[in-house]
Amino acid sequence: MNGNAQVIGETPATACPQPERRRETRLEFRGVVKRFAGTGRQEPVTAVTNVSLKVGEGEVVSIIGPSGCGKSTLLNLSSGLDKPNEGEVLVDGSLVSGPNEHVAFMLQKDLLLPWRTIQQNVEFGLEIRGLSAKERRERSTDWLGRCHLTNFAHAYPRQLSGGMRQRAALARTLAMDPDVILLDEPFSALDAQTKMILQRDLAMTLVETKRTALFITHDLNEAVSMSDRVLVMSARPGTIIEEIVIDLPDRDKPFARRADPKANRYVARMMELLGLDRLDLLPV
Amino acid sequence: MTNATQASAIDRTAAGSGLFAWMRWDYVLTVLVAVVVLAIWEYLPGLAGIPSFILPPASMVWKEFLRALVTERLVGHVIHTGLAVLTGFALGSLLGMVMGYTLGLSRRAEFILSPYILGLQIAPKVAFAPLFVMWLGYTIYPQILVAVLIVFFPVMVNVLVAVQTVDADLINLARSCSATRSEIFWKIQFPASMPPLFSGLRVASTLAVIGVTVGELVGGNTGLGYVLVYGEGQANTPLVFVAIVLLTLVGMVAYFAVIAAERRVLHYMPKPAAQGF
Ligand SMILES: Nc1ncnc2c1ncn2[C@@H]1O[C@H](COP(=O)(O)OP(=O)(O)OP(=O)(O)O)[C@@H](O)[C@H]1O
Ligand SMILES: [Mg+2]
Repeated sequence: MNGNAQVIGETPATACPQPERRRETRLEFRGVVKRFAGTGRQEPVTAVTNVSLKVGEGEVVSIIGPSGCGKSTLLNLSSGLDKPNEGEVLVDGSLVSGPNEHVAFMLQKDLLLPWRTIQQNVEFGLEIRGLSAKERRERSTDWLGRCHLTNFAHAYPRQLSGGMRQRAALARTLAMDPDVILLDEPFSALDAQTKMILQRDLAMTLVETKRTALFITHDLNEAVSMSDRVLVMSARPGTIIEEIVIDLPDRDKPFARRADPKANRYVARMMELLGLDRLDLLPV
Repeated sequence: MTNATQASAIDRTAAGSGLFAWMRWDYVLTVLVAVVVLAIWEYLPGLAGIPSFILPPASMVWKEFLRALVTERLVGHVIHTGLAVLTGFALGSLLGMVMGYTLGLSRRAEFILSPYILGLQIAPKVAFAPLFVMWLGYTIYPQILVAVLIVFFPVMVNVLVAVQTVDADLINLARSCSATRSEIFWKIQFPASMPPLFSGLRVASTLAVIGVTVGELVGGNTGLGYVLVYGEGQANTPLVFVAIVLLTLVGMVAYFAVIAAERRVLHYMPKPAAQGF
């Protein structure tokens, strides 16, 4: 990583906190149940049950929970790749019936196509949506710049480090200009330092562009430092057992937030809810 | 694929002249091996007392080559074999690709057709050669047909597996952007199948030579396979060797043509550690 601490975009003149008012709901789950039919001799599994949640305009909500509790399932339901068995999923007030332009996702895997340059990868979704070549070029150039990848626009994915590839994946996701961004453990495969830099950049970008995001993570510190609220899920069949409002300033400065003593209290509470405080019960 | 190895693979060129010197040494050694093998071939039969009608020395094969070039019109035979190899390879690969993509995209087609395709693969296709000659006469067609049959399978299997093992998340990514099935195929599945397709084509290029040779051995009056049989009938061992060497050369040209195409198409892949294969 080159250590340029340059702020993305213009001067942060409007970085002051927005007044707390009723925001428009962007993503909503109403009593969602998702079951997977068992294949062969396997029993059918209920992945998530009775999940209701709301994510407001410009809000970042994290979901934490034990492995296999259905976090990624929630993400697939939000993006319309999967349909709930019961209940409904709404994006911008309309029922999600399939893949749509309102949401875009980013996973732990970068999903970059090795035969495309970084710029072509960033343009992938735009190309499918039928934007003109000129428009695609403009948007991708803009997002590559914001993600510090301008010099690698014409490189191929194999020529990039893991962190840079994940940046490229982020640029591709944001270039789609989605109303809701779905992030499924986007940084969990990165080393600790790269992860912190990317967290900082993402946090700044989210605030600056006022994006709405659903953020799935295993990292409790990440959840606290990046989001406005954290939803804690139970083991399978997963359901939301607690909502924690993160009452900390500066969502665009995750390092500052992490240093706040209050952050530790939130983390401790989450560990308690996930049963991680009982160390003797932890699987080795 | 780990990112660390990927990253380190980029600047292999940056290793600079040291690496180049090493590479040139490799070429020198490659040529040296050829010289040694030729020398052994030339002198060992004489020293070991092996008669030249069993194992003719290299120089004798060379002389026979020069003679046959004129009197047996070798060039014509080489062109004939080369043409059959090219046609058989192209048609067989095309058929393999079409079948591979069809079966890869449709579970149902795979289910219905796979037992027959497997049967065809297990059947010794070389044994079909006499049949094809009976059907199509002493022409180039039976030779091409045997090649097509042999070439088809490795290409089809590689393509089939490649299409079926494309990362489901990549397809989901395209789906989430509302891509149509044909967009998913052309933008994800087809390009993702290129590396395995080329592995299949490499194997296919060598198999095509075998197919054509068998076809020519069984029936025909042109081609290097025919030269082989002709040489045998005349008890002309050097001519048999000439034919074998030329067939090998035809195979190598086909193989390296595939490699050259692969390097162009798969330029985005990390360079293989060992050059030349
Ligand atoms: N396509 C599927 N078919 C069958 N079962 C599935 C499918 N997808 C998920 N499941 C099951 O649903 C449950 C929840 O899976 P999910 O991937 O959502 O968990 P997760 O919370 O994201 O886990 P992790 O934290 O390990 O990523 C798991 O038990 C899994 O086996
Ligand atoms: Mg998951």
